[in-house]
Amino acid sequence: MKMTGAQVVTNALEKEGVEYIFGYPGGAILPVYDALIKSKVKHVLVRHEQGAAHAASGYSRVTGKVGVCISTSGPGATNLITGIATAYMDSIPMVAITGQVATNVIGHDVFQEVDITGATEPFTKNNYLVKNVEELPRVLKEAFHIASTGRPGPVLVDIPKDVQMAMVNFNYPEKANLLGYKPTYKGHPRQIKKSVEAMLISEKPMIIVGGGGVMGGASKEIVELSERIDAPVATTMMGISSFPSSHPLSLGMLGGDHGVYPAKKAIEEADLLIVMGARMADRSTGKTEEFAKRAKVIHIDVDPAEIGKNIMIDIPIVGDMRQTLKDILEKDFRKSNPIWRESISLWKQTVKGVGDNLKSLDPMEIIKSLSEQTSNDTIIATDVGQHQLWVGRYYGFEQPRTFLTSGGLGTMGYGLPAAVGAKIGKPNQEVVLVTGDGSFQMNLTEMATSVQEGLTLKIIVLNNSCLGMVRELQQHYCDERYNQVAMSGNPDFCKLAEAYGFKTKKIVKAEEIHESIKELLESDCSMLMEFQICNSANVIPLEGGCLR
Amino acid sequence: MKHVLAILVENRPGVLSKVAGLFSRRGFNIDSLAVGTTEHPNISRITIAVTGDEYVVEQLSKQLNKLIDVIKVSNIGDDSVARELILIKVHATPATRNEIVEIVNIFRQKIVDITKTSVTVEATGDLKKVAALIEMLRDFGIKEVVRTGMIAIDRGAKAIDIEQIQKKISHYE
Repeated sequence: MKMTGAQVVTNALEKEGVEYIFGYPGGAILPVYDALIKSKVKHVLVRHEQGAAHAASGYSRVTGKVGVCISTSGPGATNLITGIATAYMDSIPMVAITGQVATNVIGHDVFQEVDITGATEPFTKNNYLVKNVEELPRVLKEAFHIASTGRPGPVLVDIPKDVQMAMVNFNYPEKANLLGYKPTYKGHPRQIKKSVEAMLISEKPMIIVGGGGVMGGASKEIVELSERIDAPVATTMMGISSFPSSHPLSLGMLGGDHGVYPAKKAIEEADLLIVMGARMADRSTGKTEEFAKRAKVIHIDVDPAEIGKNIMIDIPIVGDMRQTLKDILEKDFRKSNPIWRESISLWKQTVKGVGDNLKSLDPMEIIKSLSEQTSNDTIIATDVGQHQLWVGRYYGFEQPRTFLTSGGLGTMGYGLPAAVGAKIGKPNQEVVLVTGDGSFQMNLTEMATSVQEGLTLKIIVLNNSCLGMVRELQQHYCDERYNQVAMSGNPDFCKLAEAYGFKTKKIVKAEEIHESIKELLESDCSMLMEFQICNSANVIPLEGGCLR
Repeated sequence: MKHVLAILVENRPGVLSKVAGLFSRRGFNIDSLAVGTTEHPNISRITIAVTGDEYVVEQLSKQLNKLIDVIKVSNIGDDSVARELILIKVHATPATRNEIVEIVNIFRQKIVDITKTSVTVEATGDLKKVAALIEMLRDFGIKEVVRTGMIAIDRGAKAIDIEQIQKKISHYE
């Protein structure tokens, strides 16, 4: 069938089963927006292209499908960049489609021209500049294939305006045929055998799960393995929600100074670490030379380049998480480590809090109260900073794909658009954004997107009138020389949200926490709740609690 | 330690930039780089010489393999033929010209251009030989040097078989 390049795009999206795309129109992408009118694909109009990329990421994280975002050339494309890099660092399957100036003027620095394939090269899994409409169907097929298979990641397809308008016979390939791309899914049998042997002799085994546990859909298998060998499970920031936090073997979040005590303790003591789908990045390990000195390490990852990159590995297994764990579990083995379990439950009783002599609202209480009152399928999105770590430490996640956060890149402003994407992907699940006054102001215009789409979002702003994370760093590393962390120009967040049509409430008293959160969750329309928290509350617990 | 990597890539625009970009991004230095098509017009071969230990080369190979357009990365070992083509324009006078010709002959290389004031030498060989020639010519006054970058191929009958790679992949699909 003959059609334009723009129609190829919309038809390919339909063939890939894409229901929603997130974007912002403009001159160089005009033909695609024209073709979208007659397409089954629904378009969500954001307020800033960065929001489109984050929303696509949030949508992808909750549904497991490829998230799609779209923008025009030049500034439209560059505005996507932070969102694409965020998705890249967290291995989120995403296809970004950008308009480009016509092929005959590429390189002439014409209006809204930018080399977006050049710019996104370091943080896309692959990218394409499509100069010939004949290539477009193949490229789009490859883009979805590459984004969603192996270790997922974002792929960008840059389409010049004349290519969008050129006619072509549409023939969508059944499958992508790539010489240089063949992910390994099945772990090597010999390594699997060796790892089982290691598990059988270990007396203090421990499992560390990263984002790969969530992405690989391996939660059930992880629980089974941990129970079979009495191995406690710690997750990285990205691995949160892959293992039920109510499970007796759950240790909580791992992470240098910001992780929880039981996880830290177990790492020190373990004689075997089973690392699954985790990069073992600096934020999780702290100093690598001090990390798990006593332990032999098994590392399972679908990306061979992650194995041995940051820590030394004894038994590497390259393979799909669920498939590999199934292969391991198939070897019928069991190992009971009662003494180890005993110490684990002891450590778990000593979770240190933020502090007990805070003068105003204690953020830990807020997060714990939220955790108690939400259902297991509630989706929590966060921004980046102290509130993110408080959620990571004190919120009990039970189900995979219920926690959205920018773990790798640490992108402030991620939360709200991600929550928008999540609510669109899972309209029947409650979506709560926990944010701070700093992060929230980076992309708060996306409230309009949620209103336009008729979404019901719940927003908790932990307002300490400062950039708390940086303030905490300056307290520890700059001898309390605080610089540029006070946010004295903050708006009245309640009034602001009201202007967007949200119901709002401001909380200042500790005894109001529980009831207010109940009210927030029961609200049948979008609601923003602002908690004025202690501006000296820290993530890293200090002796004597809150410093004045 | 010096390593030579043979990288088979899809012959598409932008691929060289992706490969070269990876080196700078991950903090690896390229000592020498050469690119050309293979017996298959849609596949090019990039030969890159890098200095680094085993860890560096392993990381580099893994990261290169992650690039979609990279088909295969081979570490060319010591048992290989490595060559570089080099053109050297040397200052020459009637008094020194004969001596230059003699040196070039000893090295079994060629003179490809000659003027009243200069001689241009074409030389190929392994790095040591080329370096020795340049050293011998230095005193005459080197005006210009241009080199292709090293290319290398394993010794023996064993080869990087592109057709085999293609077959394997279509079989896998």
